[in-house]
Amino acid sequence: MDTNILFIFILAVFVGFEVISKVPSMLHTPLMSGTNAIHGIILFGGILVLADAATPLARILGFVAVVFGSANVFGGFMVTDRMLQMFKKKKK
Amino acid sequence: MSSTIALIFIGVSVLFIIGIKFLSSPKTARYGNLVAAFGMLVALIALHKTTGDYVWSQGWNLNYTLIALGTVIGLIIGAIGAYSVKMTAMPQMVAMFNGLGGGAAALVASLEFLRRAQGMEDVAAAITIPMLFATLIGSLSFSGSIIAYLKLEGKFEKPHTFPGQNFLNGLILLVILGLGGWLTFNATGGNAVTAFIVMFSLALFFGIAMVMPIGGADMPVVISLLNSFTGLAVAADGFAINNLAMVVAGTLVGSSGTLLTLLMCKAMNRPVTNVLFGAFGSGGGGGKAGAEDLAGKSVKPIQADEAALLLAYAQRVVVVPGYGMAVAQAQHQVRELSDELGKRGVEVQFAIHPVAGRMPGHMNVLLAEANVPYDQLQEMEAINPSMDRVDVCLVIGANDVVNPAAREEKSSPIYGMPIIEADHAKTVIVMKRSMAKGFAGIENHLFYKDNTRMLFGDAKASLNALIAAVKAG
Repeated sequence: MDTNILFIFILAVFVGFEVISKVPSMLHTPLMSGTNAIHGIILFGGILVLADAATPLARILGFVAVVFGSANVFGGFMVTDRMLQMFKKKKK
Repeated sequence: MSSTIALIFIGVSVLFIIGIKFLSSPKTARYGNLVAAFGMLVALIALHKTTGDYVWSQGWNLNYTLIALGTVIGLIIGAIGAYSVKMTAMPQMVAMFNGLGGGAAALVASLEFLRRAQGMEDVAAAITIPMLFATLIGSLSFSGSIIAYLKLEGKFEKPHTFPGQNFLNGLILLVILGLGGWLTFNATGGNAVTAFIVMFSLALFFGIAMVMPIGGADMPVVISLLNSFTGLAVAADGFAINNLAMVVAGTLVGSSGTLLTLLMCKAMNRPVTNVLFGAFGSGGGGGKAGAEDLAGKSVKPIQADEAALLLAYAQRVVVVPGYGMAVAQAQHQVRELSDELGKRGVEVQFAIHPVAGRMPGHMNVLLAEANVPYDQLQEMEAINPSMDRVDVCLVIGANDVVNPAAREEKSSPIYGMPIIEADHAKTVIVMKRSMAKGFAGIENHLFYKDNTRMLFGDAKASLNALIAAVKAG
């Protein structure tokens, strides 16, 4: 394993803590939903293993992983957008 | 990896960080989500294999057909879920999407592990450990999220507990870790495959056993925790298949999700261990003591007409919404009442407790759906100092978050939890279906105060009566 990845991992831990440290509680649900969509990047993991799948079992499991990951990433961003489009200032 | 690709992934990481940063401020939140989604699209287009081959330039074969088909099916499932879910059911939907992500993370790690195990390929522990970690955490997050979903749907109302539960869970965890430890050094051959499948199954079961005893009121914390778990599982997958974008995105979610979980627990004044292992309210001792203190006291009911008069002639009204408002789908009526009062020159504000509803921010989402402008919403800390200058505090379906027992009674299970000081208002009107207890299962001292009036009935029906009466007056 490349130790550079470990280095990036450690930095990302601190960045993750830092960027949301001042979030108001009114945005907790959209924030959770938005970060939930970001870990939908697992779709790419699914695509990568399915692209190299060589057995029927691997194809089936890889296919399920792609469906799950795709639902996570697309559904996640859409549901977050639907929530956030309602946060509007009063129309004057 | 060529340097062009490296640059693209640095850009993608920046987009994710900016996206999360924007998500934490109301003005920029929507752009934040779009920025993160754009980052995801760029990463998808630039997707490369571990070997450095560009994914989309390989020859088209059955696997690619399956990839396209699976992505489209997932897109349809996601879109239907995202656009059909009611705003009140939002927490469940997040739990479900999170569970699917966790399941995908577990499957990706499993496939990678099994491929190497069966291929008798020698694998370094530095790769095996992340794979095992992703399998374990991902499958736990998958099954746990489904239980959380079912709990929020009201399938299991009561926490399920039995003596020795924590002991049994601990034992299962020990077996899982033991198997993981063994697999780290014996990652090839048939025995490894068997041990791996046992570990996978136990992790699925552990997710169920972990969430089952936790009450519905604590599900937000559980979902937030499982969300950060999925993030970490995805990051571990990124380690295993050497994909930087997955490491960065997963880690960002893992660490920000952990902080969010801690912030939620802080709002309830409970350590996270207490939420996870301390089946809330099952003792009931504090509740009984409270009931004895309240013996002989009675609540004072009020009719809608009289309540409307109090509201219409008030100068400042504070509304405290809770889960009851969500259940009754009464957010539009609340907005209408607030507008009517506004027309009469009454200053109306909404006081939002950090854990009101089933998820932090749940009330904000519902009120936003009903077009209540967010500058009318006040957080607990902001409104509490001025509660004694409030003429009428209207509590709609909130219970534990306005219970003064949190301040007054040391034996209460919610003692020490920050509350909205509704009882400091000159008059408190509590809208409630019945005298049923809140999630904490304890008596609410607020209902018995001299300045409290109870308006019984369905929140929506009561609000309609109030609106009509205010309009007539």
